[in-house]
Parts: sequence; structure tokens; C-alpha cells
Amino acid sequence: MIEIRFHGVGGQGAVIASKILAVAAFMEGKYPQSFPAFGLERRGAPVMAFSRIDDKKILLRTGIYEPDIVVVLDPALVNSVDVTQGLKKDGKLLISSPLPPSGYARLGPFRTATVDAQTIAADCGLGTSTSPIVNTAILGALARFAECVKIESVIKAIRDEVPCQPDQNVRAAERAYREVRTA
Amino acid sequence: MKKVIMGNHAVSYGVRLARAEVIAAYPITPQTQIVEELSEMCSDGRLKAKFVKVESEHSAMACCIGAASAGARAFTATSSQGLALMHELLHWASAARLPIVMTNVNRALGPGWNIWTEQTDSLAQRDTGWVQLYCEDNQEVLDSTLMAFRVAEAVRLPVMIVYDAFFLSHTYEPVDIPSQEDADALLPPRKLEKGTFMDIEDPRTFSNMTPPDYFMEMRFKLERAMRRAKDEFGRAAGEWKKLTGRDYAAIETYRCGDAETVLVAASTAVSTARVVVDSLRGKGRKVGLLKMRMFRPFPYREVVDVLRRTRKVAVLDRNISFGSGGIFATEIKAALSNVPGHPPVYGYIAGLGGRDITPGTIEEIFDRTDRNGVPDDPITWIGLKP
Repeated sequence: MIEIRFHGVGGQGAVIASKILAVAAFMEGKYPQSFPAFGLERRGAPVMAFSRIDDKKILLRTGIYEPDIVVVLDPALVNSVDVTQGLKKDGKLLISSPLPPSGYARLGPFRTATVDAQTIAADCGLGTSTSPIVNTAILGALARFAECVKIESVIKAIRDEVPCQPDQNVRAAERAYREVRTA
Repeated sequence: MKKVIMGNHAVSYGVRLARAEVIAAYPITPQTQIVEELSEMCSDGRLKAKFVKVESEHSAMACCIGAASAGARAFTATSSQGLALMHELLHWASAARLPIVMTNVNRALGPGWNIWTEQTDSLAQRDTGWVQLYCEDNQEVLDSTLMAFRVAEAVRLPVMIVYDAFFLSHTYEPVDIPSQEDADALLPPRKLEKGTFMDIEDPRTFSNMTPPDYFMEMRFKLERAMRRAKDEFGRAAGEWKKLTGRDYAAIETYRCGDAETVLVAASTAVSTARVVVDSLRGKGRKVGLLKMRMFRPFPYREVVDVLRRTRKVAVLDRNISFGSGGIFATEIKAALSNVPGHPPVYGYIAGLGGRDITPGTIEEIFDRTDRNGVPDDPITWIGLKP
């Protein structure tokens, strides 16, 4: 079983990212479970969402405290939230950031990747240039970096689940898939 | 067709497949998406129901009472304070013998203001004459919604479907959406027997003054209907299994065969407990699990048949009756009390106000039960901060 935690800012689509990931995993015959941080969500405030992916039905119905993968949808969160809390020693860390992965070496010996999802989403016309909606871009990068789902499944899930701008969202995922940088 | 959906939408799909005719609801977290989705279904024509916006939960139930009295299939959903506000009318719905179905997403009652899961809201309504069914996963939520209408209409009593806030309500997982054909096979249109509903062709008075000469027999009949609800649930579940292959019963046992310690639980804690039972069995511990799906009517015979054979019984309650103890534990003790040489019952309270019930929480309950003698106190608190 793989456990994933998303960190975002309310409005960037972290919760929907976890749902699209679940749909993508389900399309591959896997059993997904996705849920938001249980609480009050507000635009602009730090939010979390979680996903589990397994080959068989997931029975655990508890929080995720030691994720295998952490996904950060906003570079500013790294300074305000302990994004690597509980992340497994050999865990993977994907950060939306214009910096290379080496820029986050201080966070710990995790396998780190970065992708500039903010710029990609803004270029694709998703959200506004100051508050781009980065969830579909980051999923494209996640498919490449963490290999928990295939990019083809992510694209199919985006087409099924995203009600507006499907082409732009798919383009963002594809470009992020190509541009993700690993250490 | 399988879809990845949240627990709240599993209810909405169930209500649509049940062809509900009147829906009246007032939004409250964590129930809100149930009625949001239903209101969309009503507006875009996927569900041909009258959606009535009301100014409170009390009015929502009043509206369902009116609709069901006139013969309609009526539905509402709520949580916590909303359910508490309905209390007076919950008695009315059952005593008027109205087959209303309601979903209650378990949420703690405030203050402290809390939107997270706890069973005290629904269990506090245990004496209102509503059938209560507790669900473990989103599939069960959907299937139970359909079976609820079937049972309600068979015995003419209201049914409450109950499940955990967030752990199901907001959690996405794959759910097999039954076909309309299968749903219709389980649940034909509501049969309206003459004299049991308000009919302008056949005017009668309803719910009028009932003196001591008659009142007690009405309560006797209500109780008899409640007992029949268990058999009707069994019948509906049997048919549903033939249609879908999915199996439901008033209670469910997991690895209880040779178990020396059996944990009793309801809702999502059951799902996590399955993982713990497997893990402890792997270490040679003889542990088992009894899932309480049906709380009202209380399945005495089924519960006693399982628990009388075990050495110790642990009960996990995500609820509390202040001054007494966990509500499931109290009922389990009552069920066993006349069984000669029955096993001792250990009552544990955990997970109030949404505090996580982890595998560690459940392991601690098994450890304490195996290690310790019967506590004097009916409550052992798990996971309390010092």
C-alpha cells in the first residue's frame, strides 16, 4: 500500500488532486481511498488531503501519519508548514517550485523532485496568474516521479473528473510530466 | 457500474435509485453534500422528486411526516444538533407508523463546537422508535439506503442510516452503483394500504387523542413492528445478495470461531479492527470481531449466540451516556445478563469528537482486555491526554 499526503493552499485544488489520483488508480484496477484533512477548509489557508493506493480493498480508516510520498502544491508552504512530518526515511517529496531539487536538501535525505507547477498552470490559463490552480499539473509530475499511477490514467481521470477547461488541464499535466526535475 | 465516490454521494445515489418522491432537508456539516447532490438531481431531472427547502431540521422532519402521511416516499438527512432538534418529531414519525428514511452522519454534539464523528447524536435517539443501521464503508452506505426504504415500508416504521463523519462522509473510494433494474427489484413502489395514508377520496382523522384504553396496544404494535424489522431486513438482504452478491446481516462476525476475546464495534472502527484482528491472529492471539450493523431493533439472539461462546468481550464505544457508560457496552451487558456463566464485558470509550481510532487504539483495547481482570468501572478511557 502507498500512502500519500498533499499539502496545498485552499483554492489550489489539493482535495480534488487526491480525488483525481484515486480515479486514476482505480482505472488501473487498483483500490484507492482519498480524503481531505478532516476539518474546516478556507481559501488561502493551508490544507491537506490524503490518498492510499493498494492492490486490494483498503480497510484502514484512520489518518495517514507516515506517508510514503508528500506532494507540496505551493513553494511558500515549505517555510510555514512541516511538510516532511512523518515522511518515511526513503520517502519521496515532490514540491511545486521553480528551484531545482537541490534547493530543498535542507528538508532531509528524501528523494526530492520539483516542478514549476505555478508557471505551468498559469501558462495553461488555469486560475489566475497570481493564484493558479496547480492540481492537475502536479499530478502529471507525480505520475512521472513517483510512478504510483501512469500519466495516461491521470489524463483520463482529468477528462472524467474536471468539469471545465479539460484540454488546458490535460496540457498542464503533460507539460509537468515532461518538466519534473529529480535530484 | 463502479465509481469512485464519497460516502455522502453514495447516499444521494441510493436515494435516487430508491425513487424518493419528497426530499426535505436543512444543510449541516458533514451531511451537506448528500442534499446538495440530491438537489442537483432534482433540478436536472435525474430524480423526479419534490425538493423542499426548509428553515430548520424540525421543519425537515415535519415535511417528511406530511409527505409520508400522504403516501409519498420521503427522505431527509442530518447530523448532530440537527438530529437533536428533530427529536420531538422522531417520536411522531414512528408512532404515526411512517416509513421515512433518514441518513444521520454521526457528528459530536457541542459545545465544544465540533464537526467530527461521534455516535452520541444517533444513539441518543435510540428510544424514538426508529430502526438504526450503522455502516462500515461507502458501498454499505448505498446498499443500506435502498434496504432502508424496503424495511421501512414493509413494517411501517422509519429507518435511520448512520455512518461516521469524514471517515466515510468525505472519503472517496470505489462503490458499485447498482442498476435501476436491481434497485427496482428490491424496492417496488410503496404499497398504500387503504386507511394507512391520507387519501382525499377516503377522508379519515389521523393521530387523534388516544385514551388509556387504546394507547398501550398502539405501543405494543409498534414494538412488534420493530421486531419484525429484523426479519424484514434479513429478507431484503437475502434478495439483495441474489441481485448483487453482497451480503448483509443484522450482525457480522469476523474470525470469531475459536476466539477467546471478541471485540464488539460499529461503523468505521470495524474496518480498521479487521486489520488489527488479522495482525494479532498472525501472532497467535485468539481474537475476533463482532460488527453491530443493526442497533435498533437490537439483535439480542444473534449477539448472544456469538458472545456466549467466548471468554471475554470488549466493547468499543465512540459515544457516551454520561453517568452510565458506552451505549453499545450497556446494551451488550443487558443482552448477556440472563445467560448463565456469560463472559465478562469490558467497556472502552475512544474516538470521541473525531479523535482518530488507529490500529494502535484497537490493539490497546485487546491488550488491556487480555491482560486485566474485569474493571470495576464500566468505562475504560482509551487515548485520553494526561
